[in-house]
Amino acid sequence: MRVSLFVTCIVDQLFPNVGIAMAKVLERAGCELEFREGQTCCGQPAFNTGYRDEARTVAEHFLDVFEGAEHIVVPSGSCASMIAHHFAELLPADKRAHAVETQVWEFSQFLTDVLKIDDFGAALDATATYHDGCHSLREMKIKAGPRKLLEKVRGLKLIELDPPEECCGFGGTFSVKFPEISGSMVRSKVDAIERTGASTVISTDPSCLMQIQGALTRAGSKVRTMHLAEVLASR
Amino acid sequence: MKTPDVTAALADKKLQLAIHTATGRMAERRREIVAQGVMPDYQDIRQHAHNLKKHTLENLDYYLEQLERNVEARGGKVIWAKDAAEACAFVQKLARDKGVKVIVKSKSMTTEEIGLNEHLENDGVETVETDLGEYILQLAGEKPFHIIAPALHKTKEDVSDIFERHLHSQPESTPEGLTMIARKALREKFLEAGLGITGANFLIADSGAVVVVENEGNARLSCSAPKIHVAIGGIEKLIPRAQDLGVFLRLLARSATGQALSVYTSFLAGAKRPGEPDGPEEFYLVLVDNGRTKLLADESKRQSLYCIRCGACLNHCPVYRKIGGYNYPWVYSGPIGKILTPQFKGLHDDPWVPFASSLCGACGEVCPVKIEIPRILLELRADVKKDEGASVERFGFQVWAWLMRHPKLFGRLGSMGTSTMNMLPAVGPLKNWLSQRDLPESPKQSFRDWWKKR
Amino acid sequence: MTSRDEILTAIRAAVKRQPGAPIPEPPPVLLREGAHETLLEQFVAAFEALAGHAVVVTTAAEANAAVKTIVNGRTFAASSKMGGGEFSRDACATVDVGITSADYALADTGSLVLLTESAESRLLSLLPPCHIAVIGRSKIVPSLDDVFRTRALPGETSSAVTIVTGPSRTGDIEMRLVRGVHGPGEVHVVIIDEM
Repeated sequence: MRVSLFVTCIVDQLFPNVGIAMAKVLERAGCELEFREGQTCCGQPAFNTGYRDEARTVAEHFLDVFEGAEHIVVPSGSCASMIAHHFAELLPADKRAHAVETQVWEFSQFLTDVLKIDDFGAALDATATYHDGCHSLREMKIKAGPRKLLEKVRGLKLIELDPPEECCGFGGTFSVKFPEISGSMVRSKVDAIERTGASTVISTDPSCLMQIQGALTRAGSKVRTMHLAEVLASR
Repeated sequence: MKTPDVTAALADKKLQLAIHTATGRMAERRREIVAQGVMPDYQDIRQHAHNLKKHTLENLDYYLEQLERNVEARGGKVIWAKDAAEACAFVQKLARDKGVKVIVKSKSMTTEEIGLNEHLENDGVETVETDLGEYILQLAGEKPFHIIAPALHKTKEDVSDIFERHLHSQPESTPEGLTMIARKALREKFLEAGLGITGANFLIADSGAVVVVENEGNARLSCSAPKIHVAIGGIEKLIPRAQDLGVFLRLLARSATGQALSVYTSFLAGAKRPGEPDGPEEFYLVLVDNGRTKLLADESKRQSLYCIRCGACLNHCPVYRKIGGYNYPWVYSGPIGKILTPQFKGLHDDPWVPFASSLCGACGEVCPVKIEIPRILLELRADVKKDEGASVERFGFQVWAWLMRHPKLFGRLGSMGTSTMNMLPAVGPLKNWLSQRDLPESPKQSFRDWWKKR
Repeated sequence: MTSRDEILTAIRAAVKRQPGAPIPEPPPVLLREGAHETLLEQFVAAFEALAGHAVVVTTAAEANAAVKTIVNGRTFAASSKMGGGEFSRDACATVDVGITSADYALADTGSLVLLTESAESRLLSLLPPCHIAVIGRSKIVPSLDDVFRTRALPGETSSAVTIVTGPSRTGDIEMRLVRGVHGPGEVHVVIIDEM
């Protein structure tokens, strides 16, 4: 199976290990990988801030770069959702913008729904909790998939967050336009994480992980964040 | 962009606990009663309610005329108020003409919206809020904090204090005791009042009827004890048929408080009929536009008018649950407030409103009539930015977009690590990030550099 | 132009309709079919889950006795249908117990439906702190849908249809449940089996 990686701008520049882990997992599963160098961003930051014209040009660039790609795999629910659900809105006359909805896959969904593999021989000795990123959860409908994958990770004990399904407070530019509210939200998330006693927080969204890790570090916590791909790549 | 000062609300531990507990409880009860095993057709009913609202609003002129015919056929009067001033002026004149000195009213966000109480008070007409939460706030001179639980930010000590000061009651330490003080004080007003005002949860076109939903009994008293009943409702409250009411009732109380039905649902079709021992002798229905026709014209955002005022979106909104109802600029708070305010009030006064959301989508998920709140927020953001013209932020995003179309440059800049952060427009955002959390560590190489080397 | 004209004109412009134009077919009416077995048991369970008190008797005479027991020496007023005298607003406002009939009982939510066309007072079931409703078993229906199925336009004969689901309540003070805020805090239903 040929897979075209869209690692996302944030993974490319800030969290390359997530992309590296994703590549490793997909190769172990027998996929043939390509990385189209023209890739940059999905345009979500501009789109969410109301700058549709700017978002449109970036979306168009994406479609140019990924022309002809059959399976575009993305280690981010929010980026995958931007591409799958909003490109058509930005470029209604562009057939590619509509077709891309079925071509783009969030990483965990690709594993469970396309490859239909849930065991990657992963091992991670840790007590962990899982954060459902809002776009992954509510726009991509990702909930059971990552948990199924994590169940197969040897040595991993998963404890659910209480309350579940709470936003981490990132929301793109929301995090810097309304820093106090964003900060208060992530601190509630950190409290919930600490209540589980977990040493690790796992998610499918790098931006959520960046927000949560930033707050954990600020609070002097030893808890670390890991992307699902990094967990599945662990041996 | 000016943003509200939320520091005090966030630091107030008492307030945070009150908001968290109250909204959490309502959300939990809702979850239980719409669960798959308890209400298996919940999703279907939501869609049906959405469809009914869509159809009604797309044909609103037809249904309003039908409503008017049916109200008038039973001797009622319909008043078409194009704005708040007209709605208030009608009630003021009616009170004057009928020599009314005391008015009792039940909870109605529409009457908050039009500022009715202030107008009546200015005429020297005593206008008494009879919903317990609203009554407490009226005595304290404050506005509602939440659509369903207006006084959720008040402790019982606060309430005792308010009653002692304004009712000269004895200090009382239990909610039961405090409620009985209010019951006694308000009972007198119900029986004395010359006019009763209710809102309208629903307006039923084929019956010329107003539906009022409540738990306390104050709305029933307001429309049954005084000689005159005035119902005030936004034009968007219409549903076509009495036989459609059940669908909405199955959603409203469940979504609001997790009850199967509220304690009292009153379907009111005008003044009392011959042979009925009691009830109002005169019935007036005030239909309020006040900007609703403007929202109606925007087809993409028209759904904003489907709202049945259940408050579920407030209870699930992580932003509302932090900042509470007083940090929104208008009477409607929470996610529904965020989409109504800019559309009613325009984009200029408080352009921050549609941006005060992390777009988590919890609101859209729980809305009983499936209003796509997150989508509408995004459209309003685009409207604000289109309206704004040139700005430092826009320039920043234009540079950013240019960079994103030049991958080689993007890659090279990125390989400088966290100095990429400095490409973000202005120091402001970076400062704001750091005020709450740390920056990520700078990686040794980018993914694309790793890929090239492997 | 009157405000009425202004509003209707604005609406028509907004939704692109001509005055007097016909409307498309509305979404269908959705009235569920409820099961008719165990209606009595369901209703009693639902009513009591709301802190109501239910009593089942066989005849109207037994109903009178049951009502008397519940009244238990307190002051009361009954509607003329229930054998009381002429309506008195003062009585409603002063007595401890109000006794009325009810037109329907809803099994799924434990609700009572009161129609003013039955010449029943609105205030009698509302002002006194205790309300006793007397109803025939045959009036228990699965849900509100059944009421609207048989009475598509109840407003034609009643100025008010009141659906009562449990005692009056509020959570407005610290979310603590308090009963009997304005309406009755104590509610009873006497169900006559043979009626």
